[in-house]
Amino acid sequence: MNDNLILLPIILQLALALILLFFWSRTKWQRIGSIVGNAAFLLVSIVLFIKVQKEGILYTQAGNWDAPYGITFVADLFSASMLVITALSGLAVSIFAAGSMSRRRSLFVFFPIYHFLLMGISGSFVAGDLFNLYVWFELIIVASFGLITLGGGRRQLEGALKYVTLNLIASILFLTGIAFLYGLTGTLNMAHIAQKIPQIENEGLITVTALMFFIGLGIKTAVFPMYFWLPASYHTPLSAISAIFGGLLTKVGVYALFRVFSLFFLPDSFTATVITAVAALTLIMGAMGALIQKDVRKLFSWLIVCHIGFMIAGLGIYSSVALAGAIFYLFHDIIVKTNLFMISGLVHKLTGTFKLKKLGGLYTQYPKITFLIAIPLFSLVGIPPLSGFWPKLLLIQGGLEVQEYLIIGAIVLGSFVTLATIAKFWLEVIWKEQPGSDYPKHFIPFRELNWTQKAYYTLPIAILALVSLYFAIGVEFVVNIVNQIAYDLMNPEQYIRVILPDQ
Amino acid sequence: MEVILAIIVGFMYAAGIYLILRRSLVKLIIGLIILGNGVNLLLFLLGGITKGHPPVIGESETFLAGVYADPLPQALILTAIVISFGLQAFAMVLLQQEYVQGGVEDLDSIKEEEEEK
Repeated sequence: MNDNLILLPIILQLALALILLFFWSRTKWQRIGSIVGNAAFLLVSIVLFIKVQKEGILYTQAGNWDAPYGITFVADLFSASMLVITALSGLAVSIFAAGSMSRRRSLFVFFPIYHFLLMGISGSFVAGDLFNLYVWFELIIVASFGLITLGGGRRQLEGALKYVTLNLIASILFLTGIAFLYGLTGTLNMAHIAQKIPQIENEGLITVTALMFFIGLGIKTAVFPMYFWLPASYHTPLSAISAIFGGLLTKVGVYALFRVFSLFFLPDSFTATVITAVAALTLIMGAMGALIQKDVRKLFSWLIVCHIGFMIAGLGIYSSVALAGAIFYLFHDIIVKTNLFMISGLVHKLTGTFKLKKLGGLYTQYPKITFLIAIPLFSLVGIPPLSGFWPKLLLIQGGLEVQEYLIIGAIVLGSFVTLATIAKFWLEVIWKEQPGSDYPKHFIPFRELNWTQKAYYTLPIAILALVSLYFAIGVEFVVNIVNQIAYDLMNPEQYIRVILPDQ
Repeated sequence: MEVILAIIVGFMYAAGIYLILRRSLVKLIIGLIILGNGVNLLLFLLGGITKGHPPVIGESETFLAGVYADPLPQALILTAIVISFGLQAFAMVLLQQEYVQGGVEDLDSIKEEEEEK
């Protein structure tokens, strides 16, 4: 179905970013605009999702030029559900940022850049053209460069330096892959590439190109051995910014990997082995890194790396059950990781520090907040019936079907180490007596805020906790959706036929 | 022509990666610029080099006749140049700030400071 509704999320975010730029110093209006705008974004995404569910794959062609010539935008169930999840965490971060971002520290430009970032993310979900995907990726990294240096302390600049350099190299490698693919097939439309690739005789060159894509996107996704930039930079910016980075940026890379490797680089045995090995090593190395961290945000950063392994493992196993598990994990992970970094911001507001050694006493001082924090943490660990449990179950089931025992071992190990690190977090932050509460200078602790300001901190965490709970209670609906997505990914003929009906 | 371009592209990738691996911040950014230009040249090369007409349909014709140059790689390169220009400008300002605020010129010293904390 040809439908221009696909473009609406992108246009909405663009308009928001531009409008908010005019409210340069009126920070109150920026906050309201951002929250209302992202609520509208959520609404549009849900409408798009329902429409895609009812009518199948939607597409639109730029300038009404037919498929291989015009630039195609496509929304299948995968894209549409990613948009809904993005909108959910986007809205939560909007609320959180409205409360936690001080006026002194860069509130002026935060919201406009933030909406440019969301525009890039929504764009990459509906891109049907490879070069278009590249441009959306560039838009994301330009906006994220702006956000990660915002405020500009010394440590932050050092984190930003690593982030910027590695992302630039990743873009260059991704573009190299695109150049190879254009040389091989003479087209950039993803559906058209999928048609042309089986006709190419030089299979070795296709494998090389596939691995070039895997490296380029892999750096952005932070898989082994290209993840070192992530824990070195994600703990430096403001909590609201870490939240959106930790929740969404690496996952856009995962989405692109899924799209590319299911549509035209169908994994042969060599690529599948590489991907599976990388997934297992990502799980193990990320878990080992998380075990020894002493800073809350660094600990969570390493957990991001570790959990990327679950999704890549699904791609490596490449059966419909495993893919369904991986996609379920992707949805769950975006929500939970966004929430984790917001929790780290809340913990900082409560106690004035990020260091595990100095933290403590949350349970005795703030029992209600402790209960709130428990939901996302338990979801992350995957205690049944919470949301982390089901995707892992599907992944292990998928691994058993093809008898990939090594990757199952890595998945189980990754889950256990996550449990251990979260137990450590619980012990240090919640149960331990606080070893003395001296706040830094000019720091307004949580207890001195009025209730609206408190709501800015707790409401977004509660929203995302509810979404996590919904993944647990409404698991049947979610499993139906991810099964449908996995089926679509395993059988891309439908996608190709919709975009190129004549050929 | 293709062979010469291929060698140049290979040389630019090698030079760019070599410069990135050096420890100096200035060489890092120069390396990134060279790599970025290398990839543009690669796009140009793999788009197919033809000595042909520009892809414009004349007033009296209805389709493209004869040998014509593929316009797509040129559009791609143009986009890529603009994007990489913006990113490199940002990276330069970042490195300059790094130098002004921290007096850091050597990448190794950044790593050591992180370990102290």
